[in-house]
Amino acid sequence: MRRVNKDERTRISFTLNGRAVSGEAESRMLLTDFLRHVIGATGTHVGCEHGVCGCCTVLIDGVAARSCLTLAVQAEGRAVTTVEGLAAPDGALNALQQAFQRHHALQCGFCTPGILMSFTDYLARNPHPTEDEIRDVLSGHLCRCTGYAGIVAAVRAVSAGNSKQPS
Amino acid sequence: MKPRRFDYVRPDSAEEAVAVLAEYGDAASVLAGGQSLMAMLNLRVAEPAVLVDIARLKELDYIRVANGKVEVGAAVTQNQLKDWPELGGRLPLLAAALPFVGHFQTRNRGTVCGSIAHADPSSEIPLVLAALGGEVVLRSQRGTRVLAAADFQRGVMTTARAPDELIVAARFPTQWTRGVAFREVARRHGDFAIIAVAACVEDRNTLRIGIGGVADRPAVQHAPISVAADAKDMFEKLAQELEGYDDLHASARLRRDLLRRVGPVVVEEALRCAA
Repeated sequence: MRRVNKDERTRISFTLNGRAVSGEAESRMLLTDFLRHVIGATGTHVGCEHGVCGCCTVLIDGVAARSCLTLAVQAEGRAVTTVEGLAAPDGALNALQQAFQRHHALQCGFCTPGILMSFTDYLARNPHPTEDEIRDVLSGHLCRCTGYAGIVAAVRAVSAGNSKQPS
Repeated sequence: MKPRRFDYVRPDSAEEAVAVLAEYGDAASVLAGGQSLMAMLNLRVAEPAVLVDIARLKELDYIRVANGKVEVGAAVTQNQLKDWPELGGRLPLLAAALPFVGHFQTRNRGTVCGSIAHADPSSEIPLVLAALGGEVVLRSQRGTRVLAAADFQRGVMTTARAPDELIVAARFPTQWTRGVAFREVARRHGDFAIIAVAACVEDRNTLRIGIGGVADRPAVQHAPISVAADAKDMFEKLAQELEGYDDLHASARLRRDLLRRVGPVVVEEALRCAA
């Protein structure tokens, strides 16, 4: 049984974007804060901190989840993927990121990391979503610049690109 | 905001989990998917001394069919159940309701049993469980007991779970698969429902209707189809009986009005689907 008492700091280790990371935290520390303040991976943004805005969405074992509704200690032993893990090691953007760039799917960019992570998970499960399905996934995110049309266009473009690949 | 301090415990078995609950009682909260509880901790609406994390318990991560029911273990997420290939055939009403539960991202972590434990009066899963006459399985060191959905949910976010009990599973009866319909009204897709209506045809003569978001818990009605055929009057009466409540999302009056409008549509859909 894993136990972390409230006044204790414990060592927490998991895989972040394929690399083993580790740091100390209290039991109450959120995964968002652990990523940003302990590890220094500030690509994941913090918006509402109660699961509504979707900015902080990351992949935990490949599944899109709110890191603000996850304790750092819950990520122990898991594989966490954040927006920093999307581009190639040389910095080349992946297909989804390129489509966001091409279709002006971001303005201020605050919500973008979360949206990219949601669609990374969703497109892996459903490579050819309908526009309704894209909008359904997007309903889990808030973009205060209201740039939703560009985001839908970008995801559609990636989906169209997926269809060109031999199956 | 950030949560207050708490002791975090991650038991390796359900047996250990109930032992921890027996020790701490109502000072402890059970954490599964955390899609409601973590938000409440962050907002400091909930301040448990101990958090018991059951999300990794493999023995609670199962969906099985037994005795005319689908039993869903406490570690099963809403998306796991939504994507279960047999869901549409066995529990079409639940299949119709699950896409309305939160968002893709929250369903990835939020659990079926967690939603039942949270007992929000406008929540979809407790509504379907009540409408189908389902059950909740509770385990403690004292033993295991099974409660009917109607006896489990007692009011707004209030259930019959004793502080030392762990919800280990929920059971959804599978006998009504012919005519089902589900609709809800929310400000945005995935937001809390203002009202939700579920209907399923029991047999040639009877219809079951579940209403969420109007009373302090899901309201279930059995109506003769002859009466349901004139659904407008029935929902007029129900709207007056259930009264509704005022909150941030809607007034009681709006809830009653929505019920009058949405109810007959859902009944018509269920009857058409059964025909």
